[in-house]
Amino acid sequence: MLRRRDLAHLSDEALLGLVARGRENALAELYDRLGGAAYGLAYRVLRDETLAQDAVQDAFLALWRTAADFVPERARASTWLLTLVHRRAVDVVRREQRRRTEPLESAPEPQTESAADDAWLRLERVRVQEALRQLPDQQREALELAYYGGYTQSELAERLGEPLGTIKSRMFTGLTRLRQLLDDAAEGPWPIRSTT
Amino acid sequence: MAHQIHDLTAPYALDALEVHEREAFEAHLAGCETCRDELEGFWAVTGSLAAAAGGPPPPAELRNRVLREVARERATVVPLRSRLALPAFASVTAVAAVLAVGVAVWAGSLARKLDDARTEAATNGHAVAVLSDPAARSVRLPGVDGRVVVSQTGRAVLVVSGLEAAPAGKTYEVWVVEDGAPAPAGLFSAGGARTVVPITRPVPTGAVVAVTLEDEGGVEVPQGPPVFASPTL
Repeated sequence: MLRRRDLAHLSDEALLGLVARGRENALAELYDRLGGAAYGLAYRVLRDETLAQDAVQDAFLALWRTAADFVPERARASTWLLTLVHRRAVDVVRREQRRRTEPLESAPEPQTESAADDAWLRLERVRVQEALRQLPDQQREALELAYYGGYTQSELAERLGEPLGTIKSRMFTGLTRLRQLLDDAAEGPWPIRSTT
Repeated sequence: MAHQIHDLTAPYALDALEVHEREAFEAHLAGCETCRDELEGFWAVTGSLAAAAGGPPPPAELRNRVLREVARERATVVPLRSRLALPAFASVTAVAAVLAVGVAVWAGSLARKLDDARTEAATNGHAVAVLSDPAARSVRLPGVDGRVVVSQTGRAVLVVSGLEAAPAGKTYEVWVVEDGAPAPAGLFSAGGARTVVPITRPVPTGAVVAVTLEDEGGVEVPQGPPVFASPTL
């Protein structure tokens, strides 16, 4: 039986493999790694502590039940969990009719067990926000209202008074452009001169 | 109609579909390689949006609550779960291979633990200083989920996620390459969710940061091919 200290050396994906075999301590380790991001996301969409906690709990339960279905080639384990959290949160926000679209008053600092990790998370957050700012206003608005606000494409079309096709196209172009902005490196050749 | 359902990849990735649209798209997704590839790319972006959401930290009791619910679920439905999990055995086997490597490294790294603890404070200080520099540049590493962050003064940090732990007896070694000449710049073993590696020598403009897999203890001249390398910085 692996102890918690051993688990710290495994990738998220390997932990998920253990979760698929019913290892509760692997799920605990995943919570320690991803619970903060999961709750932050749920709170951003729901703006309510109780509902956000419910969404995180539901997502981890779903992960526990379906870990064996995860295909590591398709997505990172963290992406999968956050997708589960997000879907749960938007389902609740739509049912409760409580969408909130204004930004959070103050962005709280991330808190993990490592100062270097915290600094990295802060830097990544700034980088994503900076990339969002570089999008044309209409594309940014479509992405933010959909992802953080929980609006469906049909609701957005109605709210913004635009045809559905226009909304779809803004989402597609916005995500594609954002991907380019976040993904900014060119492939380079191995730079070391051969020393034969 | 087919072209219309292809159009749903972006709204699907954003969770912006009504329930019936979502179900129709998932049925389509099962048989459409193009949409799965596109979705993979979009999910990487929504993953970044999720991480940048910026909500508050969770209340401490949430951890216990989640683990308690899982334990309760396990007590009631384990027999069913085990049966359901069996058909997916292939994916578990793939992960088990990764796991075996991780455990081997753990055993091999016990001896290094004391040194690690001693250097950890210094490591953190360096990394935090670089990562907190508002003028630092963050450059993506091709072929791996990671970035090199370089401060204005040339101090630098490597951050990689999801990199398999170095096998027993091996270590990852960082190189700062200037004019084609590599200079050793630190060792790390990876594994775990994310590794933050301070680069032990300055990274000047025009240099390249590369990583190779070498024998434990590191070498002065790279012996292996690069595991990954940055673009020119």
